[in-house]
Amino acid sequence: MNLSEFTDKEGGNVYFAKEVLESSSKMRQKWEDEVKKLVSKWPDQKPDAQWSTVSDLPIKRLYTPDDIKDMDFARDISYPGQYPYTRGNQVTGYRGKYWTFRMFSGMGDAATTNARWHLLLKEGQTGLSTAFDFPTLMGYDTDSPKARGECGKCGVAIDTLEDFLVLTKGVPLDKITTSMTINPPATALWAMYCAAAEIQGIPLTKIGGTIQNDMLKEFIAQKTLMCPPDPSVKLISDTVEFGTLKVPKWNTISISGYHIREAGSTAVQELAFTLRDGMEYVEDVLRRKKLDIDSFAPRLSFFFNSHIDFFEEICKMRAARRIWAKAMTERYKSKDERSWWMRFHTQTAGCSLTAQQPYNNVVRTATEALAAVLGGTQSLHTNSLDEVWCLPSDFAVQIALRTQQLIAEETGAANTIDPLAGSYFVEALTNEMEKQAWEYIHKIDEMGGMVAAIEKGFPQLEISDAAYKFQRQIDAGEKIMVGVNKYVSTEKESIPFLEIDDRIETEQIERLNAVRRKRDGKAAKKCLDDLKAACKKGENVMPYCIEAVKALCSVQEICDVYREVYGEYRDPGLY
Amino acid sequence: MAEKRLRVMVAKPGLDGHDRGARVLARCFRDAGYEVIYTGCHQTPEQIVSAVIQEDVDLLGLSCLSGAHRYLYPAVTKLMKEKGVDDITVIGGGIIPDQDFQLLYDAGLKAIFTPGATLESIIDWINTNVKPRN
Repeated sequence: MNLSEFTDKEGGNVYFAKEVLESSSKMRQKWEDEVKKLVSKWPDQKPDAQWSTVSDLPIKRLYTPDDIKDMDFARDISYPGQYPYTRGNQVTGYRGKYWTFRMFSGMGDAATTNARWHLLLKEGQTGLSTAFDFPTLMGYDTDSPKARGECGKCGVAIDTLEDFLVLTKGVPLDKITTSMTINPPATALWAMYCAAAEIQGIPLTKIGGTIQNDMLKEFIAQKTLMCPPDPSVKLISDTVEFGTLKVPKWNTISISGYHIREAGSTAVQELAFTLRDGMEYVEDVLRRKKLDIDSFAPRLSFFFNSHIDFFEEICKMRAARRIWAKAMTERYKSKDERSWWMRFHTQTAGCSLTAQQPYNNVVRTATEALAAVLGGTQSLHTNSLDEVWCLPSDFAVQIALRTQQLIAEETGAANTIDPLAGSYFVEALTNEMEKQAWEYIHKIDEMGGMVAAIEKGFPQLEISDAAYKFQRQIDAGEKIMVGVNKYVSTEKESIPFLEIDDRIETEQIERLNAVRRKRDGKAAKKCLDDLKAACKKGENVMPYCIEAVKALCSVQEICDVYREVYGEYRDPGLY
Repeated sequence: MAEKRLRVMVAKPGLDGHDRGARVLARCFRDAGYEVIYTGCHQTPEQIVSAVIQEDVDLLGLSCLSGAHRYLYPAVTKLMKEKGVDDITVIGGGIIPDQDFQLLYDAGLKAIFTPGATLESIIDWINTNVKPRN
């Protein structure tokens, strides 16, 4: 690119010609005078400070060329598929392919979830995404005393490979990519996926998908916890190395801001903590000296929240791509542009939905989904209107899926790439969010990195501050949630609930016991002993995990090995 | 002599990690002048009841958003009864459908707060209904 096109004789940029800025300045003066006059007669509806984003970033009444006069087109905005990727990774935008319609789903037992998956695929979903129940997420079997009452409630219950084979029945694993939201037991569940592929006769080089496998945000926000931070990062680096060498189409981490945001963070905190988490993982893999940056960085993927503040979300996603591209080239000296692309999935914000007047949630989700599309997401989950209350019903999940299809096919949002680029406001807010995110990133660097910051409680308490402030603002009516603190109805609208029968717990335990009876107990034990030895020696656990799941070892049996060798981490209960 | 401050425990039973509500409430209780003990996530009913006894609290607030409240809340109150500390007020919050309210009241919960409850309404309820025990 010829940079001289964008610089004036003195070497400064000329995003706007001097004459444009001069006339803009005059016109702005006139406008400001008029505003002052009018506001003195008819005051604004609320004070200046309350015209802010949902995250409380102050927003001005108007943005003008002055707000972006220091931008450099080539350096800051550029073209799709060109550094710094502010406008997106894909050269052709959504014309070649829409984002992946990927609805997060899982409930009850494996057979029930498999049926939901087939329904969604029939209705035009293009990728799968698995929600596991809490015992599975935390690495406990359904019959653990800790698991009582939770089986199948928040997702599907998976204890052994047998359940996993029911879950993936009839799903062509070489054609459909599957995302699995699983963190502490990620190695075990990914091993099951690998084993299921082998049983379908599909080589590991052909399967594609994602495991969330992002433990840092668990300590920060979501709290599905197992081992302390250091060994948790070690297990993640094991998967990165194994994936890079053996399962090259797999995204071994989905570095997630979603849960950070749901825990109450601001958009800037979500952006900063997520990207700094990503840097922490990169640095651990590099420290192990088995892989160079460009062999694994192209498979790192991200996951963001799309909250209700439309422009803030779009700007967050544009800023995220730019920060990551800079980090890759400047911090890690990456040479391969595939490493510079921040690819991400987005989910609309569960925490923006309301239990009151639940049908309004369709509107919220549609707005948030549109923001994600304008922000250039590669993949999207849209929440169902009933998700405040329960796992989505068939009825609600179809509206949510149709919301995406409607945005893709009817609204025209996919016609052109990054349509908001060049907007004074959008560019200025993108810049501001990037600046604030870097401030956080540098602060965490100074603390010694994200693990050190987590041990100090830094990100946790920043999020708690933001969450508490937001709740106070809601209670004071300074921020509005329709149906909650304004436009409240006295009448209760009832919606059909999907209920998970308590009986499935008993049935799942029976299935687990049957597996334990039929498997070769000695072989299973040997696999677990081998895994334990590998953990102690610091070897990569993945090959041992795959052997263990094939021998029908359960999720908990594998996780118990980790707990024994690495120790257990308990939530310190910071608030 | 200054009035005795209310001792309040916020507890998260079960495997659920949705702790935003619990953390916000713990702060709110602290700001309201209570002495606050927050257990963190993933407590078993046994751990919670033993902490309740050890910390000698006046109020226990349970938070669960996973749907397991139907099992976990009654498990806590049953154990409190067995240990003879069922005079301590127990309240609960979370994603709790209307049809589950009676089950939880029958189990001994005194109030249930669901999404949309303001911090103020919770504090008001506590100030009206809970007094420091001797």
